[in-house]
Amino acid sequence: MTDAASGRTSGFTRPVERIDPSPPVSDSVKPTTCYMCACRCGIRVHLQDGRIRYIEGNPDHPVNRGVICAKGSAGIMQHYSPARLSKPLLRVGERGAGDFKEIEWEEALSLATEWLGRIRATEPRKLALFTGRDQSQSFTGWWAKQFGTPNFAAHGGFCSVNMAAAGLYSIAGSFWEFGEPDWERTKYLLMFGVAEDHDSNPIKIGLAKLKGRGAKFVSVNPVKTGYSAIADEFVGIRPGTDGLFVLALVHELLRADRIDLDFLVRYTNAAWLVIHAPGTERDGLFARDDKGRPLAWDRTTGAAIDAATPGMAPQVVGEVRLADGTAAYPVFHKLAERYLDGAYAPEAVATRCGVSAESIRRIAAEIADVAFDQAIELDQPWTDTAGRTHPKMLGRPVAMHAMRGISAHSNGFHTCRAIHLLQMLLGAVDTPGSWRYKSPFPKPIPGGPPPAGKGAKPDTMLGGMPLGSPRGPEDLLIEADGGAVRIDKAFTWDAPMALHGMMHTVIANAHAGDPYKIDTLFMYMANMAWNSSMNPGEAARMLADKDPATGAYRIPHVIYSDAYSSEMVAYADLVFPDTTYLERWDCVSLLDRPIGSPEGPADSIRQPILPPDRDVRPFQDVLVELGARLKLPGFVTETGAPTYKSYADYIVNHQRRPGVGPLAGFRGADGSADGVGAPNPDQLQRYVANGAFWSYHHPPEALYYKHANAAYLADAKRLGLIDSTDQIVLQLYSEPLQKFRLAAEGFGPVQPPESHRARIRQYFDPLPIWYVPFEQAAVSQAAYPLHAITQRPMAMYHSWHSQNAWLRQIYGDNRLYMNRATAHALGIADDDWVWAISRTGRVKARVRLMEGVNPDTVWTWNAIGKRRGAWNLSADAPESRKGFLLNHVISEFLPPEDGLRHANADPVTGQAAWYDLRVRVEKADAREETDPHPVAIGRPPGQKRPPGILRYAASLPPASSSSGAE
Amino acid sequence: MTSIPAPGGKKLGLVIDLDTCVGCHACAVNCKEWNTSGHTAPLTDFHPYEAQQDGVWLNRVHTYEAGTGTESRTVHFPRSCLHCEEPACVTVCPTGASYKRAEDGIVLVNADICIGCKLCSWACPYGAREFDQDQGVMRKCTLCVDRIYNENIVEEERVPACVKACPAHARHFGDLGDATSEVSLLVAARGGYDLMPEMGYKPVNKYLPPRRHAAPAAPARPAEPPPTGTAGGLLRWIDRALSR
Repeated sequence: MTDAASGRTSGFTRPVERIDPSPPVSDSVKPTTCYMCACRCGIRVHLQDGRIRYIEGNPDHPVNRGVICAKGSAGIMQHYSPARLSKPLLRVGERGAGDFKEIEWEEALSLATEWLGRIRATEPRKLALFTGRDQSQSFTGWWAKQFGTPNFAAHGGFCSVNMAAAGLYSIAGSFWEFGEPDWERTKYLLMFGVAEDHDSNPIKIGLAKLKGRGAKFVSVNPVKTGYSAIADEFVGIRPGTDGLFVLALVHELLRADRIDLDFLVRYTNAAWLVIHAPGTERDGLFARDDKGRPLAWDRTTGAAIDAATPGMAPQVVGEVRLADGTAAYPVFHKLAERYLDGAYAPEAVATRCGVSAESIRRIAAEIADVAFDQAIELDQPWTDTAGRTHPKMLGRPVAMHAMRGISAHSNGFHTCRAIHLLQMLLGAVDTPGSWRYKSPFPKPIPGGPPPAGKGAKPDTMLGGMPLGSPRGPEDLLIEADGGAVRIDKAFTWDAPMALHGMMHTVIANAHAGDPYKIDTLFMYMANMAWNSSMNPGEAARMLADKDPATGAYRIPHVIYSDAYSSEMVAYADLVFPDTTYLERWDCVSLLDRPIGSPEGPADSIRQPILPPDRDVRPFQDVLVELGARLKLPGFVTETGAPTYKSYADYIVNHQRRPGVGPLAGFRGADGSADGVGAPNPDQLQRYVANGAFWSYHHPPEALYYKHANAAYLADAKRLGLIDSTDQIVLQLYSEPLQKFRLAAEGFGPVQPPESHRARIRQYFDPLPIWYVPFEQAAVSQAAYPLHAITQRPMAMYHSWHSQNAWLRQIYGDNRLYMNRATAHALGIADDDWVWAISRTGRVKARVRLMEGVNPDTVWTWNAIGKRRGAWNLSADAPESRKGFLLNHVISEFLPPEDGLRHANADPVTGQAAWYDLRVRVEKADAREETDPHPVAIGRPPGQKRPPGILRYAASLPPASSSSGAE
Repeated sequence: MTSIPAPGGKKLGLVIDLDTCVGCHACAVNCKEWNTSGHTAPLTDFHPYEAQQDGVWLNRVHTYEAGTGTESRTVHFPRSCLHCEEPACVTVCPTGASYKRAEDGIVLVNADICIGCKLCSWACPYGAREFDQDQGVMRKCTLCVDRIYNENIVEEERVPACVKACPAHARHFGDLGDATSEVSLLVAARGGYDLMPEMGYKPVNKYLPPRRHAAPAAPARPAEPPPTGTAGGLLRWIDRALSR
């Protein structure tokens, strides 16, 4: 027997392990902001002997409150990745081959200055600056403006613009990461198509809270993974039919009169009068008074008066006659008439949605029950914009959340509008228990100034920011000759409300010289030669294509900045090596994509945790330097000296408007001002001392009904978040959409070409509509009977992480997931190799059968497949043998129709419709490799073969932590 | 053969909530991150940038489906050492390297005397041990023995790394030997259960089953029949008294 205390065993001594229960955790710890995905959690990075010991969540941080995900925890492996670039590169071989020589920064910057300077002096729009998952878009966009090119955007056009545009034009805020369920009070959450897209840690934290309270969580999603796996009810909907499902819920609520008319008349445009004058230029616009104020019919006075008049008794149905005799109908009349139609009855939509009519009716009844019979009231007085004080805050505790599964369809804009319509009908927008705005939203509708870019001239900056929010056809970026102002044709009749630009069309348009030829394609952190393009094979071909007449590349110059040897690097002529996220100053700005919460605004910084051990520079520092070398306005002083020494200097000292800069915290000379104040030279140090973030809490009376809450609006204006304290009226009926439609009907100075009239007329409906996704409508259902979509694994973010030593042990390849019954009917067994064949190509994959997927849907994890040779993975790595990209079979164009080839995109916003894909699945030969795999690309100079064994421990010397396997 | 100490009162362990685990692997990677530079350093990775990438992990998350058709359930199941009260991995150890602490019940491996014979991993029915063939020793969950008593860490963060990291609040740490502890109360309230109790190893860690959501109450007010009359039923709102 062993005596545990002494370790003695029958006279023998057993060595007792000495354990230090209290070792020092690290030599030092520094707060910063994670960049392993778009979530932007606060982290604390522990260092030991100059190496990273541990990355943990910052408990004080408003985003993640101490938790951290798999990606964040794997930041050590991202920082020390052998795929990092180490020095500027100049292409010496053909594009795409990956043959480079290392050059010094001076040479790289001189070369870029020469190319860009020539462009700026002649035709600035010949520079196309597109950034990917960039978190500094307010800076990169401003740089493009100072340069004078309209050709700027980030990756929102294929990510989330449907969500952003639909939300901003409807409820003055959006799902995305700019709103959230009231996790503390929601009793019923309806989540549509969300798979770790954005806001991932907050959603996980919130779902645990919500389930802990016994609230019901319904997930509407074709695939039962991730969040859907813990839903109380899983609605395995057919992809692309969410809008139809939602409008059937709307039908049921209207039919049963289970809507919040009090909310509607007070906070939305339900009572606003819509002119009924078919065939005239006024049809469908709001009736307005001589000051341009929308009118509503007052039942007390029997007249159309200013719709904002407090206390008026609005009429919500029935025809009325305006003073000039014109007929008009309240918005509510028009929407009730539409959605009460039998076409939206549950029975009429059930088969198409793959959801039973009984389920739709029951969910509608449950929602109504929670919203109206389980309403909540907070004992919190508040004052509305009419000056009325309410003793309590009434809450409709039904919340919605939606993201990529809605966004990436060609009907995504209207589907998202339909969800917002449902929220508004329930009175469930920014009330206790419902969906809530995160600061700095709500913003006036539409959410910003129109896009700038018309009349670009040499050596001249643009009159405004390149991206914006059009109010109608007059804000489109179309030249007098009808040509597109922008290379991506955003804000043209192809995609009038392309608020985030259309990165997915840039390479094809630049290659074709349509609408014009460009000189330099300048990209950052966007893997366009691989997983960030639809049809990456074609994107790569176009990047490397030459004009046979001249032998010159069709896209003359490509400059790219990345921290890693991604697939895109091989297609650049000049490569600026970026730092990792732990080697730089950064800001997560209120001017950009802030980290605000429903309680108030917040922003944050990154600080250098370690100095770079390579000859690399933060991309933003490079832009500051190029801006100065190019003498761009704003980047040089009157004497021509650089305005900013570095990006950090810009963060502190740049003012977009007087007193408003990239960071809102610790402003003013003494750092005491919130939101607006003079630059503070110690600002970054104050952020560091505060855990690398700043947050502000609005007073309790300002926390709900923000769109009409006087205290909130005044506080937000004081902080510089909005310019006006006027009520922001939520838009059930969208007049900007009707303006585009009127143009299609032949009215106004800016009209679509004949080829686009019918399309604009159809899809610019001022009320939400549903239509069959374009690709589905265009192809034979018999030939391509299945939907094909992707999901993002929770432990990975895009292409960054399938080379991460730890994360690639979790997901090293990907299967094509199929419903078991569907597969059996096709004679396909688990582990079989199959072709997924679309109208444009085929991709070979190995199947994994499962139960929890819509029977007509196949899916896979995105961005795991890699091109051989990229990211410093070995040639036998499963990522390039057994992993695959569905992108290879997605076309950037729809099948030609009447000689016209439309983009495979939402017709309103231009959002890439990569979830519309249709395929058939056939058994393939059993050769155990996915297909296609383009030829391998070479390892850039300076990149070493990675170790065969990794023994990472901060406490051990680096030499022992790896053993090279040559 | 190594003996188990007389049971102490304290039984430190984890309670894992299958109702909120979304399978995100946060616990597994944060565990790897803490421990590769911690008491068990390093947790070796083999072929980290090649085929057959594999490494030593003290915690892994498995995902599988249960049931068929629309009734199927996707289960995310984190798996690590359960710190059994009757750990076969300890009793089979020929050198005494595998041991259970009397003071808190944590099962550990003394790497200095582990000979890498793998008997313990064969004995463990839960597959909770991982052999590091590079270091020649067996690795396993230590319940972050270098965190939970660590006076260099603020008291509220003296929990295993997996518990601190978990975004879905699906992991809880405490003394399951104390019936009044938070974790014991949680287990009692939620019907926490042992994995494979029939094996007789008496695991300390407990799993909480998914909550069963009450069947939806009948809607408080049945949907009204389709309105009759003109204008498709819109007229019911014509005289509605509303105030802006």
